[in-house]
Amino acid sequence: MSLVDESFELKELQVLEGHADRVWSVAWKPATGFDGVPAVLASCSGDKTVRVWEQSPSSGSFQCKAVLEETHTRTVRSCAWSPSGKLLATASFDATTAVWEHVGDDYECVSTLEGHENEVKSISWNASGSLLATCGRDKSVWIWEVLPGNEFECVSVLQGHTQDVKMVQWHPNMDILFSCSYDNTIKVWAEDGDDDWHCVQTLAEANNGHTSTVWALSFNATGDKMATCSDDLTLKIWGSDLLTIQSGNGSAPWKHICTLSGYHDRTIFSVHWSREGIIASGAADDAIRLFAEDGDG
Amino acid sequence: MTLGLINANPVVHAKKERVARPLDDPHADDAVDPLEIYDIVRDIRDPEHPYSLEQLSVLSEESITVDEKLGRILITFTPTIQHCSMATVIGLCLREKLKDCFPAHFKVDIKVAPGSHADEEAVNKQLNDKERVAAALENPNLRQLVTECLYSSEL
Repeated sequence: MSLVDESFELKELQVLEGHADRVWSVAWKPATGFDGVPAVLASCSGDKTVRVWEQSPSSGSFQCKAVLEETHTRTVRSCAWSPSGKLLATASFDATTAVWEHVGDDYECVSTLEGHENEVKSISWNASGSLLATCGRDKSVWIWEVLPGNEFECVSVLQGHTQDVKMVQWHPNMDILFSCSYDNTIKVWAEDGDDDWHCVQTLAEANNGHTSTVWALSFNATGDKMATCSDDLTLKIWGSDLLTIQSGNGSAPWKHICTLSGYHDRTIFSVHWSREGIIASGAADDAIRLFAEDGDG
Repeated sequence: MTLGLINANPVVHAKKERVARPLDDPHADDAVDPLEIYDIVRDIRDPEHPYSLEQLSVLSEESITVDEKLGRILITFTPTIQHCSMATVIGLCLREKLKDCFPAHFKVDIKVAPGSHADEEAVNKQLNDKERVAAALENPNLRQLVTECLYSSEL
């Protein structure tokens, strides 16, 4: 893989101020930011609130449209919009996950998901918006079914990780769930028909996996490749066979393709694979790096 | 939680003499001086005993190393015994005390001295996981303990 060529540049557009403590996570609202629909962004913070920002069509600058407060009693660690953009789920160190709905000018908390024993770290909606996954320091991954009337029902509690689970992410097209953890592994979870979820693969050190906490994972647009990042200072690219995945065979195996090392000298906390094929990484060395695949793969 | 003190008979050392800094000290500017950092942390009280980390030799001047060019600070501390379950609390106290002391680009790593703790790797991993540290400091019980360790020396 080669570094992105010089014609690419990241330009800071605006600094959004308002949060009173560390901002842990941001999420773009789906179906906004093009075709005349103003871009909308959610951010969540150690100040226990979530802010929703909207870009002004005339000036192009983002303004804070809503502050979602008085619900979480500790840091809000991450937020995720449902695929339709109608709901926003927020995960908190207070052990709950709140689900918010845009009602008029404001956001209302329509549901609170309880069950985790301690800090909830990540949430992910599946592609159809019918399932929600959460994970946390209690080492478990929970899968919730989205029912009519903003009701949520837990369908499975997945045990398997031996430490704090940092992030969960659904596959972009199939109902296959991925999780990554302080136990240095990535786990793949699939269902065999009757709401019976189990771990179908574990990517550990022995499989060319990471040697320290895996903080994040992200899929490419087609869903046959995945990027992961870690406290071991590397990014890893993994691949699977697209046809096997799509055939509904949950246990299509994932294999290590390559490791990107030497680009960050401190923990890499975040990785995201854009629809156009650029991988962005963010690390504790205060750097954001962009990667693109060269012609040879 | 074990009942009673983990280490009931710690060895206590005399406090080292403090050097008063002259007013025209060349270090009295933005430079990050290991001795200045040491001054900030030496009086943190041990979570279990009414003595400072310096008095218990948990910290010494040599505990602090600064790489000014890279913007890195490494603090190495020595728990009083190999199975000290307070090691993570001491680490949290150090982080909290030093929280607003440096320019934002400085990175602080906190580790136990090599060979000084039975679960060295596990303790170091927790102390340098910023999400775990942040969550721990939101826990009211831990927060209370940390506050006592940091501020009782000011009484």
